Amino acid sequence: MAGRKLGRGVAVVGAGMTKFGTFRCRTSRELFVTAFQEMLASIDKGFDPREINALYIGNYSSDLFEFQGHTAPILADWVGLTPRPATRVEDACASGGVALRQGLISIASGLYDIVLVGGIEKMTDLPTEKVTDALGTAADSVYEIPAGFTFPGFYAAMASAYMHAYGATPQTFMKVGLKNHENGALNNKAQFGQRIADIMEARKASAAKKGLPLPTWQTEMDFLNDDRGNPMVAWPMRLFDCSPVSDGAATVLLVSEELAHHFTDAPLYLIGSGQGSDGALHSRSTLTSIPSARVAAKEAYQMAGVTPDDIDLAEVHDCFTIAEIMASEDLGFFAPGTGGKAAEAGETARTGRHPINTSGGLKSKGHPVGASGIGQVVEIWKQLRGTAGERQLPGNPTLGLTHNVGGTGQTCTVHIFERR
Amino acid sequence: MATDINSYDFYLGLGQHKLLGSRELSSGHLFLPPRMLDPETQATDMEWVEFSGKGKLVAFTVIYVGSSAMLAAGYDRKNPYCVGIVETEEGPKISAQILDLDLSKPETIQIGMPLEVVYIERGEGEAKKTFLGFKPV
Repeated sequence: MAGRKLGRGVAVVGAGMTKFGTFRCRTSRELFVTAFQEMLASIDKGFDPREINALYIGNYSSDLFEFQGHTAPILADWVGLTPRPATRVEDACASGGVALRQGLISIASGLYDIVLVGGIEKMTDLPTEKVTDALGTAADSVYEIPAGFTFPGFYAAMASAYMHAYGATPQTFMKVGLKNHENGALNNKAQFGQRIADIMEARKASAAKKGLPLPTWQTEMDFLNDDRGNPMVAWPMRLFDCSPVSDGAATVLLVSEELAHHFTDAPLYLIGSGQGSDGALHSRSTLTSIPSARVAAKEAYQMAGVTPDDIDLAEVHDCFTIAEIMASEDLGFFAPGTGGKAAEAGETARTGRHPINTSGGLKSKGHPVGASGIGQVVEIWKQLRGTAGERQLPGNPTLGLTHNVGGTGQTCTVHIFERR
Repeated sequence: MATDINSYDFYLGLGQHKLLGSRELSSGHLFLPPRMLDPETQATDMEWVEFSGKGKLVAFTVIYVGSSAMLAAGYDRKNPYCVGIVETEEGPKISAQILDLDLSKPETIQIGMPLEVVYIERGEGEAKKTFLGFKPV
């Protein structure tokens, strides 16, 4: 199949997000308003939001997390945008990325000129086992969940297959978490914005203060290999291999390419978009790769006319550390089976050949599932415009990529952004 | 008239200690879990097929933080459980709980190990349901 093309160009001209974290006193609507206001403030030349034509909002399950369905019109109302069309988009943890794609398509088609795209999730009101059950509905409730699978369990099973195929170890996965916390420590929007060494020292200090036996951890790896510091969730995935349960919202403003310079002199052009789908994990021909990610990446690279080596940075869906390693292979940065070694060698660090998750990723920044795909775009917006502060990549990066997975890969979207 | 292939009857089959998949008659393709439409050919001339219950482990995990249903079944951090993906000897793969393994040392569980089906009964009376499991041969 020949590469797909957009009917016309589309640009990102504003982006904003809440801090990701646990916000007991806020529902989705307050989080969304905060992200919306930050997006408005980011528009260099100012803008009257009443010019927005439509909203596409990624949200996985306000139904289960907040017992609130029909979320999009409520959010439109809370930011003063009714009666414009407001559509909720649901593809599990890829809801944000798919909402972005729907917003892109709506402008590229010529239907709209200015579209608000958002992502939102408010997860922390439920106890852990209920969150586990709610996330489980992103898998096959008839044939996978009754077997006892949980989301950490699915990715852990993929990790077992990856270890068996390529000789990776649990320590390989820990390197991803270490790197993402190093990056997240430089991001004031991150839910767990501390280096793992600092978390370890805080735990030691806390134990000393409480008069508990002092842990003997000397290094971060001591801490990460110890059940007391880093309990097992689903072997071989431990707590610090898993993204957290989070609340948060993020929004971006998309406009048609010809309007972009009315908003800013530094727009990002959305030059590539891809999306794929798949069945249950057990039905796939591979368990060491996410096939829908390869489909989405191929479509996005073809549309953009670029190759993996052209990409300056990528925000990938590290819901679990194994997922980042598979993503780095599925996106073509590393050959199959070599992503783990590349992570161990520091090739995905900010100073590496293929910087991944400079924001801290889902692991450190947090994973409010419907918001994560838009939160990724916020990081690309900052890095490509040179406003990422202490974590800014050197060398004026011009091409950024986002990779947003739903479930175990039943959905994946990939987007490519260019600063010209 | 196509045979009615559905998940309800798959679980009824487990209750009768039968592992039921389906076969599309024109393509010969086998499905477990059973399907009513062959995704490759779109054909729907299906029949039920009883699988042998033999297979091998292709991926697994030992879960310490389970779903509500597994917590209710008595599993927790001190009593974790193993779930895996099993490739049947007929070819199709399916998710199942894996019993009779030493879960204190997950690293010793071998991908590729031969397995055979077991039927796991949970609940009483009306709520009784049978779940798919496998165990080492």
